Amino acid sequence: MMTNTSGPSMRLWHLIFQEIRYRKLNFALGVMGVVVAVGCSMGLLVLLRQHDWRTEELIAVKEKTTREAMLKMQDEMRRVSLRMGFNMMIVLRGQSLEEIYANETPTKTMPEEYGDRLAAAKVATINHVLPALQQKCMWEEYGRAVLLNGVKGEVYIQSKEQTPLLETVAAGTMVVGSELSRSLGLKAGQRVKLMGREFAITGVQPGRGSKDDVAVWINLGEAQQILGKAGLINAILALECECSDNRLVAIRKEVGRILPDTEVIEFSLLANARAEMRNKAAAVANAAVDQERKNRLELRRQREMLAKLLIPLVLAGSGLWIAMLMLGNVKQRSAEIGVLRAVGLRGQQILVVFLGKALIMGFVGAMGGYVVGIATARFLQEGGSQMGMRWLMRPGMLGVSLAGAMVLAAAASWVPAMLAANQDPAVMLRED
Amino acid sequence: MLQVENVSKSFAGPAGEVRALQAVSLSVAAGEFVAVRGASGSGKSTLLLACGGLLQGDAGRVVVDGQDVYAMSANRRASFRAGRIGFVFQRFHLVPYLSVRDNVLVASLGVDGTGSRQRAERLLERLGMTDRAEHFPAQLSTGERQRVALARAMLNGPKLLLADEPTGNLDPENGRIVLRCLAEFAEDGGAVLLVTHDAAAAELADRTVLLEKGRLVTDTRPEATTANG
Repeated sequence: MMTNTSGPSMRLWHLIFQEIRYRKLNFALGVMGVVVAVGCSMGLLVLLRQHDWRTEELIAVKEKTTREAMLKMQDEMRRVSLRMGFNMMIVLRGQSLEEIYANETPTKTMPEEYGDRLAAAKVATINHVLPALQQKCMWEEYGRAVLLNGVKGEVYIQSKEQTPLLETVAAGTMVVGSELSRSLGLKAGQRVKLMGREFAITGVQPGRGSKDDVAVWINLGEAQQILGKAGLINAILALECECSDNRLVAIRKEVGRILPDTEVIEFSLLANARAEMRNKAAAVANAAVDQERKNRLELRRQREMLAKLLIPLVLAGSGLWIAMLMLGNVKQRSAEIGVLRAVGLRGQQILVVFLGKALIMGFVGAMGGYVVGIATARFLQEGGSQMGMRWLMRPGMLGVSLAGAMVLAAAASWVPAMLAANQDPAVMLRED
Repeated sequence: MLQVENVSKSFAGPAGEVRALQAVSLSVAAGEFVAVRGASGSGKSTLLLACGGLLQGDAGRVVVDGQDVYAMSANRRASFRAGRIGFVFQRFHLVPYLSVRDNVLVASLGVDGTGSRQRAERLLERLGMTDRAEHFPAQLSTGERQRVALARAMLNGPKLLLADEPTGNLDPENGRIVLRCLAEFAEDGGAVLLVTHDAAAAELADRTVLLEKGRLVTDTRPEATTANG
């Protein structure tokens, strides 16, 4: 038989590996202990991680659905606001409120192009702009005082895509308030005369409980002709934006910058109701998200508690298991240790023999535990997410598992290894 | 080569103190083969362990190759033992998971192992174990196991061989092989201290000392007999 006789002498590692091969069961049981420790720890950590990711996902979904619900609600609010009417009016600076209340409309006029200028400036604090010429006058054909509104339709704020609050009133057409419709028997499709001009009624406004109920709306150009105020308006009706907290100050500042010779009058009841509705809706939405977050946090707390209890327990149990196995191994090998000492091995070398075995046990167990951890992550994955597996499969995690498992196995084997290293060979050899 | 000077050793036993060795003095010169005989419990094995630096006496000293074994640190003593002293036990104490070759080479773990493999091969050849080098102890006969243990004891070229009943479990043929090997070791200049019950084994020795209750009572040389105290 050919053998290599010129190689180096035997090494301790050879002794360690040969012993592992010989006592496979002892080694396998030790590895199993490490696998359980690493697998459980990894599994629990993944569970917590997975929970956090799932929470983020759920909250994101919740926030999205809430946002969508909010948009829907805002649209509803907008419609309600429409029924409530515009909540702001921009008039020429110096316009007396007393005159407005006495005449029920502003008395000072301003150029019609102010409305276009405001819209073109992409005002951020206002959503809708409606230039109007309003005047209280006598509808002689019916012998009734009415509020005449000349409107050319809403001038959109160019940066926004919203449906108009008031449709354009075409030339030759008229929209009437609900009270007028009821008391004068006016209906859509009917033809009427106003100041000698003929108009076709195209719509009846719903009842609002305001002066709008006794108003008529005609095209702005026709109103200007009837009232002899060509190219002029006396009010720009507007609806505030919902995005500003200190809205009136901001609106006044912005409008003042674009139309310096105007001022903004707020119909505070409408504005406040609108703001309150908006705030209430936001609060309900936020509460729903907060509740979801709270529920997830509570679940996280429970799982964290479980992990805090289980991980040390599993590590301690595995450590004890490995220690007992190692102790048995030392006892089983006491004669061998005695002979090794007799042939000149030092205590440190005996220590290396046992700790070396423990390190190999830790290494192999960590690899096994890592695989178990990945399988656990696969099993625990919520909603098809593979983030847990991806989190585990980072090189750093493998490194941490290896280092942790090797430290665990070495620490658990320390006492048995020290006992072996300090074993008195004479005791064994005398007992022989 | 070996001087044992007034070594005493006691152990605590269930029935009180057991005095295993009582002021035993003994010397074994290089090239000398000394047999130690005595009844069971007379202290033979204790004496052997004390001579090998594995069991320090309560009193006295052991000098091997001019060095006081127990004056050394534990690590120094282990290295010293690895290089100068070889052990052979009745039960062989081979490592069960190592091959015959590795069982011999295991002795090189305590020394600088340069040339150990060549020496191991020579020893296995000399003891007729070359064709069994890859076998494991469980696959060997008792005689073969003892020959492997002998090769292990002699791997590092010791100056002193301590053998505790090496033929106790062997058939006569294998016993003779082992004893002849010990005698050859002595003839080559090594010192041998053999603990044995076997009168035939003792006949091969240059001297025979008799231990009784931990005392060395006779030291028989071919020309004279002295009593020790």
